[in-house]
Amino acid sequence: MNRLTERLSAEGKILSIYATAGFPQLKDTLQVLKELENAGVDLIEIGMPFSDPLADGPTIQESSTKALMNGMTTELLFDQLKEVRNHLSIPLILMGYFNPVLQFGVEKFLKKAAEIGIDGVILPDLPLEVYEREYKDLFEAYGLSMIFLITPQTPESRIRQIEQASTSFIYMVSTSSTTGAQEGFSEGSMEYFKRIEAMNLKVPTVVGFGISNASSYHQATSHSKGAIIGSAFIKALSKEGIEGIPAFIRSIRSSS
Amino acid sequence: MAMKSYHVDKEGYYGEFGGAYIPEMLYPNTEELRNSYLEITSRESFKKEFEQLLRDYVGRPTPLYKAERLSDQYNTQIYLKREDLCHTGAHKVNNTIGQILLAKALGKNRIIAETGAGQHGVATATVCALMGIECVVYMGEIDIARQAPNVARMKMLGATVRAATSGSKTLKDATNEAIRDWINNPVDTHYIIGSVVGPHPYPDMVARFQSVISEEVKWQLNELHGRDYPDHVVACVGGGSNAAGIYYHYLDDPRVNIIAVEAAGKGVSSGHSAATSALGKVGIIHGSKTLLMQTDDGQITEPYSISAGLDYPGVGPMHAHLFKSGRGQFISITDDHAMSAGRKLSELEGIIPAIETAHAFAIFDELNFKKDEIVVVNLSGRGDKDLQTYIDYFNL
Repeated sequence: MNRLTERLSAEGKILSIYATAGFPQLKDTLQVLKELENAGVDLIEIGMPFSDPLADGPTIQESSTKALMNGMTTELLFDQLKEVRNHLSIPLILMGYFNPVLQFGVEKFLKKAAEIGIDGVILPDLPLEVYEREYKDLFEAYGLSMIFLITPQTPESRIRQIEQASTSFIYMVSTSSTTGAQEGFSEGSMEYFKRIEAMNLKVPTVVGFGISNASSYHQATSHSKGAIIGSAFIKALSKEGIEGIPAFIRSIRSSS
Repeated sequence: MAMKSYHVDKEGYYGEFGGAYIPEMLYPNTEELRNSYLEITSRESFKKEFEQLLRDYVGRPTPLYKAERLSDQYNTQIYLKREDLCHTGAHKVNNTIGQILLAKALGKNRIIAETGAGQHGVATATVCALMGIECVVYMGEIDIARQAPNVARMKMLGATVRAATSGSKTLKDATNEAIRDWINNPVDTHYIIGSVVGPHPYPDMVARFQSVISEEVKWQLNELHGRDYPDHVVACVGGGSNAAGIYYHYLDDPRVNIIAVEAAGKGVSSGHSAATSALGKVGIIHGSKTLLMQTDDGQITEPYSISAGLDYPGVGPMHAHLFKSGRGQFISITDDHAMSAGRKLSELEGIIPAIETAHAFAIFDELNFKKDEIVVVNLSGRGDKDLQTYIDYFNL
């Protein structure tokens, strides 16, 4: 059991926040993470900025562009996070695209991540087949959980394959969309949440994409273990700054 | 022992390059294509319609023309494959005809595409008009400003042109936006990629649709020379679709030397270049593992070339493999050299080439061919769209 699986098996729903590293300012990374933990967030996805984030909408891409202009790199991120475990105890996940990891060196990346106390990795454009063929052993050797995505279009047989490969949770993309593309969930989305819940997967699901407030958070978590907020958090952070974090988290947790 | 092949393998790789590095959201879309593209395109009804449209609508076969004055000048036998005579002015339409028929067979009722200079956008808008299918073309905001005539052509053809305002606002961002559109519209939409790039099966699918070019060269050369292969085939490479088309039937023929011409821009080491084979490292772009221009941190960089069709930061995985394996000979040509080669072809043969294509003609100053050697150059597009650039460059 590690921090991630322990938290997932504990009682209560999970609120996970996606925060772009090096945003709004280059040196804000650690401060943002600390504020999020203090505000009661259960899990953080630290976004590693990329020049061409295919699966993301405009809000996250803009924050990535800003972070890169600020001077963010993979090397620098590890440096900023080297003492992160002196300050935070909640599970931490690195989320980004495969190319920067490939350039950094996959094994070197996993080794560094494990050393500083990262628990899991999300790389949307590293497909299941390539992961299993080339990288699974490395992830296991460094004790890092790879988290895969499913969507409303993912066939049941493939969900079962992904279930087998998953060691912590499955990232359930709420609708066919890029991040931040919509608000609130349709009946179709709710049906999909129920359909997946009924599959009784051996790992919990956490819903992402399209969650922006208390009502969509409660909708998303009614049939899953938790929910991930990215674009809405980035927007709030841009507008209210780091001081606004506690109020934003309270607004999500409030019962609607 | 199996003969070494430079074609795609069953998993969608060319050597170490290719594959499908896509987010899960795109898995059903590409899986549908992967499972059906070979079956659909081998149907008799598909082949018949494809061939008929290429003949009656595109104007194929395009001539294989012996460029006598150019041959005299360089003391070798130069043949031009006249893709510039295709409807819409370039080879791009071979692919869009094939893909629109595939989209119809799959029951799709909406088409999206990316475009840089606008040639692929026009070729896509053209076939969508022909078939009465809705068409949305993504184009970088910067490219929209500098390629106004092609934007107008797409609008005339009934397409919607959407500006890509993210990132560097050029071709790679237009491609990102098109991919995002496909993520948001996974069921009714087909994405017509314009080059031999993107996730498997796109590089192979586009190469197959473009392979009509070398299929024709084979019988045309046979009629002219009694042998169906040249000593050298030459093409310019951005993403690499016209090159894939003219190499296709010669990939595994060791008698044929393959020459790929990339855009050096202002010089390979100038910081303003698009010579991917020289400057790229192995990486992932738009779902494909290939050679890619990028920073040490793995951020994709913006290439530069005077020709908008060659400034793609990656290269098709087939070409990455041809380079890495040594099967292809890669040469990069500067803006200045390409412009003078374009002018020379205009003056010697009465053909104004696209600036992309002009790069391919500059190699005759770089390489020596024997007098009796046959060199086939893919004249991939005409220069009408580049007239303003030629005017500005030569003060015409």
